[in-house]
Amino acid sequence: MAIRERLSGNEAVAYAIKQINPDVFPAFPITPSTEIPQYVANYIANGEIDTEFIHVESEHSAMSATLGASAAGARALTATSSCGMALMWEELYVAASDRLPIVLALVNRALTGPININADHSDSMGARDSGWIQIYAETNQEAYDNFLQAFPIAEHKDVHLPIMICQDGFITSHGVENILLVEDDLVKDFVGEYEPEHYLLNAKEKMSVGPYAVSNYYMETKRAQRQAMMNAKRVILDMAEKFEKMTGRKYGFFEEYRMEDAEYAIVIIGSAAGTCKAAIEQIRATTGKKVGLIKIRVFRPFPEEELAAALSKVKAVAIMDRCEMFSATSGPLGAEVRAALYQAKSDVEAVNYFYGLGGRDITVQDFEDIYNRLEKIAETHEITDMYSYIGLREK
Amino acid sequence: MESTYNFKEVMNKPERLAPGHRMCAGCGGTVAVRTVLRALKEGDKAVIGNATGCLEVSTFMYPYTAYEDSYIHNAFENAGATLSGVETAYRVLKKKGKIDDTYKFITFGGDGGTYDIGFQSLSGAMERGHDMVYVCYDNGAYMNTGTQRSSATPQYADTTTTPAGKVSNGKVQIRKDLAAIMAEHHIPYVGQTTYTGNFKDIYTKAEKAIYTPGAAFLNVLSPCPRGWGYEPSEMMNICKLAVETCYWPLFEVVDGKWILSYAPKKKLPLEDFLRPQRRFKHLFKPGNEELLVAFQAEVDKRWEELQNKCQ
Repeated sequence: MAIRERLSGNEAVAYAIKQINPDVFPAFPITPSTEIPQYVANYIANGEIDTEFIHVESEHSAMSATLGASAAGARALTATSSCGMALMWEELYVAASDRLPIVLALVNRALTGPININADHSDSMGARDSGWIQIYAETNQEAYDNFLQAFPIAEHKDVHLPIMICQDGFITSHGVENILLVEDDLVKDFVGEYEPEHYLLNAKEKMSVGPYAVSNYYMETKRAQRQAMMNAKRVILDMAEKFEKMTGRKYGFFEEYRMEDAEYAIVIIGSAAGTCKAAIEQIRATTGKKVGLIKIRVFRPFPEEELAAALSKVKAVAIMDRCEMFSATSGPLGAEVRAALYQAKSDVEAVNYFYGLGGRDITVQDFEDIYNRLEKIAETHEITDMYSYIGLREK
Repeated sequence: MESTYNFKEVMNKPERLAPGHRMCAGCGGTVAVRTVLRALKEGDKAVIGNATGCLEVSTFMYPYTAYEDSYIHNAFENAGATLSGVETAYRVLKKKGKIDDTYKFITFGGDGGTYDIGFQSLSGAMERGHDMVYVCYDNGAYMNTGTQRSSATPQYADTTTTPAGKVSNGKVQIRKDLAAIMAEHHIPYVGQTTYTGNFKDIYTKAEKAIYTPGAAFLNVLSPCPRGWGYEPSEMMNICKLAVETCYWPLFEVVDGKWILSYAPKKKLPLEDFLRPQRRFKHLFKPGNEELLVAFQAEVDKRWEELQNKCQ
């Protein structure tokens, strides 16, 4: 029987770490992910797990040590947020090209400038091209469930890529909600023992990691990473199916909410999907308007064709970015979803809005307004508010 | 250990850095690596780490590796942290019964990767007390990128970012004393060495560093023919002059106790070490005599300080 609990997102991920009992956990504190290493340190201090904590002196060293441990043949992971991830930047690319199945518990927080500790996606979205699998959560339950699937996906022989499991800072990481936990023995079976094929401490085979590769070889390594990312699509779905058999909870590349007959859709990532769902229920109940939501779970690899297909029947869509990329046009999600629609020769009207930067609230009313805007765009085929900011103070 | 040192036996141990790598003729770094690795017991396995630098790009150029042991290069500034992860993985996997063999952990960095960009990562790894050796092959500048100054570069050296010119006498600042800084971490073993004569000093220090439980640091003066401007065949002589002039004293710090490894019977003038090197050529121009006096005074001061610590 599943265990009923009430946990915050950070507690839920820490509990998953406890159940997985990984080998090496280097970490450096940063708000709002700090609680994760604190919980893990407590598990270690009380003999509940035999993970080795490395008290590194920075996030750069956290990812460097995680990389060393993983290359050595250990199951290794770390946790961070925001500037901590920015400091790891160089190492994110090295981890991916070394094809190491590292897991990063990322608690999304705005990047500094000005300093801000609240949720947005500028940290992970900036790392979207680093070669990491990225899976996002709306709730504590999803953060926990995604985390349990992380090592099996990353370590799969057709993948061998690092993976970041993302949840929104404070909103998800600190908000306490009801959660269903999987029993320890089921988690152990699901995640399995780590048996790496090639590793530094293999008595039967020596290994060199991290070569200098000239232009004769570099491009092939990138193509191989691309292949692994393509393979990850199938593996992510297989793992989701296996997880559903264990728990009854269904996961895919994205969640389609009230999309069966939707004419107006929103595409969004993370915790704000919950607010959007409330707006949808209200609109449908009061006006009968056919509104729906697509909540992206897997951003890397990007489910391009699947998304275009899911949006093929709507009249207008608002793609919501919780971070800037300062192209002076789209945000990252906006650019990629619109590229997917173009490739599918879709004629759906699409706008790209920015919201929630640095933890700015987005309300049910905001979502209702967005659906009204979409209705108007579908009628007039005129877009006057492309790339607008939702909830921006005008003065 | 020292009494049992036998040059012939040591030199006949199998090479753990295979020939065929692309390091320069007359490179001191390569000699440092070969000698340190030779200090491993033949039955012991090792994981060798490496900061980005000449050594890395010349010894592990895909698809060839010169290492007879497992080896990991990660980036420029994190050789300490990376190997600390490997060493921790070893302890966990050993505890869980997944590994039987004995492994040793040795990582190499140039002075750029050690004194400067990798300083924090090194300090962290040493403070945490991982059972590993960090070896700095100190050639006194960023040689891989073309001889830019580092904090290990001696004062007055002509480098590509501190060029001697009409109004410049090379690097303005004096060298950072990294071995002393590492000793202040209160780790069990710190050694400063180079290769002279029969390699006894560097070999025995490497052996102690590797087989002393806990964190150890070795600073090895490793001349660079391109950056220093000497004839490749002169490398051993340059090292000898560095020691005999007390520019590069040989010492160790064992459990906090400072021990002088060698005191020249007659300390040679610093000029003898500087003169064969192109990077100090400008110091010998007429009018620059006072620079030589200042440089000599700095070396004398540090030698005095070291002798006091070693009493």
